[in-house]
Amino acid sequence: MLPLPELTRENTPFWTAGERGELVIVFCDDCTHAIHPPQLLCPACQSRNVGPRAVPGTGKIYTFTVNHQPWIPGMDVPFVLAVVDVDGAPGVRVTARLAGCDPEDVRIEQGVRIGFAQSGDVWLPHWHLVAGATA
Amino acid sequence: MSALGKAAITGVGMSDIGRNTGRPAIIHLAEAADRALARAGLTRADIDGIATYPGKAENSPGMSPLGTGEVRNALGLQTRWHSAVPDGPAQMAPIMVAAMAVLTGQARHVMCFRALTESSSQTAGRRASIAGAGKAQIGGWMGWLAPVGALSASNWAGWMATRYFHEFGMTREHLGMVATGERRFALMNPAAVMQKPLTMDDYLAARTISSPLGLFDCDIPIDGAAVVIVSAPDAARNCRLAPLEIEAMGSALRSQETWDQRADLTTMGAHDAGADMWCRTSLGPRDVDVLGLYDGFSIFVPMWLEALGFCGHGEAKDFIAEGNIGPGGRFPVNTGGGQLSGGRLHGFGLLYEVCLQLWGEAGARQVANARTGVCGMGGGFIAGSMLIRRD
Ligand SMILES: [Zn+2]
Repeated sequence: MLPLPELTRENTPFWTAGERGELVIVFCDDCTHAIHPPQLLCPACQSRNVGPRAVPGTGKIYTFTVNHQPWIPGMDVPFVLAVVDVDGAPGVRVTARLAGCDPEDVRIEQGVRIGFAQSGDVWLPHWHLVAGATA
Repeated sequence: MSALGKAAITGVGMSDIGRNTGRPAIIHLAEAADRALARAGLTRADIDGIATYPGKAENSPGMSPLGTGEVRNALGLQTRWHSAVPDGPAQMAPIMVAAMAVLTGQARHVMCFRALTESSSQTAGRRASIAGAGKAQIGGWMGWLAPVGALSASNWAGWMATRYFHEFGMTREHLGMVATGERRFALMNPAAVMQKPLTMDDYLAARTISSPLGLFDCDIPIDGAAVVIVSAPDAARNCRLAPLEIEAMGSALRSQETWDQRADLTTMGAHDAGADMWCRTSLGPRDVDVLGLYDGFSIFVPMWLEALGFCGHGEAKDFIAEGNIGPGGRFPVNTGGGQLSGGRLHGFGLLYEVCLQLWGEAGARQVANARTGVCGMGGGFIAGSMLIRRD
């Protein structure tokens, strides 16, 4: 069993917006800086006027790895972990579990789209390859 | 630092490390301490400072079973200064703060230590090095990784390697040269854990752990301890061996503390620390005789080579293929076998080996007349680097 994220004031929007099918990233309302991991103040301009906004839920694979080692009991392998450049949030990446794909098909620069599955109090994202060209 | 003189390493010691030794951490530590004191020509009564990384830690079994308290108690030390540094320039943090402590008069001889019992912990069925495994919830930067399945550092290093391969045309064979080269060094070091030859065919045939990294790209959990004694300039002169002066240190950090947000994941915190270190000395890479570079995963070695300016960005694969870093190379790296073949003493083993080389104590693997060494510890977002030299 993988640990779930410990919910905080900062990260709760990210881990719960999946209930609405949304990926949310925190932005600064004063300078538009995208802030991830989310913080209570903007590292660029120090504004406290920050908050979560929905982004399209698509992105592009910056890099990835195929995990083959079952690190904990019951872990199904292999699976793909990607680092995804998030569309609509410049400079922000998320570490993403890819679902429903053959590891052999995954390439850098491929487009991906988010989905969610509820687990306890959170909606864990998983990502699917988008058919065709990059997102 | 120059206004205060230069701190020096005056003694190093390593316990009889091994896999599943069954020996308690404190026994390893006491053995390493005895050996370091003997090398330095000091006694326990001379030690008036103590430092470690990260301090006693329960979150990952065997990763850090001892804090300064246990060691002070067991060795009967009376100290004027002590420190455990979980938030610092990687595993090098205690040595760096010790250098600053002796230069500001807080202590004269600081015992810096690192003890691990990850091998015994794994054998006992408690999976080591997976922070948060078995916990219901996890916070901090691991809270962004573990819930989606990115549990292991091999995953994080793996995705850095994938990007590096993609941008620069590195292949598994290049990392194989790192692994087989370190194994050749290990065969010249009786203290190294791995004592059988490793061929490129063996390397390439090993199972994948987290692509593109395979079994021999990952370092080896062990039980063991290492001690490094850092002394004030005047105190160092009275020690048994020539002081190894700490010429410069670097610990700059210019990106967030995460494994995925750094804009260019073909670089690491090492690049920030390395550049900062060279700002503080008139020496340069060409002056270096021997290197100790963090090899928790093989991919960190080419990245550290670039971080420290031994070759340009993207050039490490050719630098390695030209034979620079293996036995007989111009810039030998991890001459004791590194963590890949020697065992994971979390950076301390790499610095230990550099010091042996500078004192001419490296036996069959001795680099002729080695006087200047560099050591880089850490992977991903944290790093510390240090240039040391024998006058
Ligand atoms: Zn702002």
